[in-house]
Amino acid sequence: MMRSVGTLTRADLAETINRRMGFSRAESLALVEEILGKMGDAMAEGQNVKISGFGSFVLRDKKERIGRNPKTGVEAAITPRRVMTFRASQKLKDRISEGE
Amino acid sequence: MMIRSELLLALAADNPDLRPEEVEQVVEIFFDEIAARLADGGRVELRGFGTFSTRQRDARNGRNPRTGDSVDVPAKRVPYFKPGKEMRERLNAD
Repeated sequence: MMRSVGTLTRADLAETINRRMGFSRAESLALVEEILGKMGDAMAEGQNVKISGFGSFVLRDKKERIGRNPKTGVEAAITPRRVMTFRASQKLKDRISEGE
Repeated sequence: MMIRSELLLALAADNPDLRPEEVEQVVEIFFDEIAARLADGGRVELRGFGTFSTRQRDARNGRNPRTGDSVDVPAKRVPYFKPGKEMRERLNAD
């Protein structure tokens, strides 16, 4: 059985940076935001993001397709869209499958 | 494509007060803390960007695609990522 642990947030990441690097809390939180911001900006520009040892964020362009409202059963066109997927590196997969 | 080293350069450019090795350590801590939480069975919620979690995969019988031999694939946990609303919208902004 997995032990139950809570959800990690930006504040937790900032706190670890604060503790390990000695940067102020505000500076640590700003760095967390900047990392997410840089990756988000790259993807908004259409770039994939590859973090060695962690994984890749890969953009996929989905064609228009006919979907169905699951509640009403009514068919409707789902517009073409770009989606972001995550492919974990082998190192991350191994770490997670061995973590239990 | 943006790779890790390019992320480091972009962060360093915006933080001239930090030494390059400090930028490197910050990025290392960031991804290592996420990986550690997932390995512990927890989840990571970065609102706007997305949420990392893990899902259980049951054991199954697979096949070696080359030889056709049956192989046991053990149960395991696998990483899962769901993009946040803000990212989904930014990717389709135009």
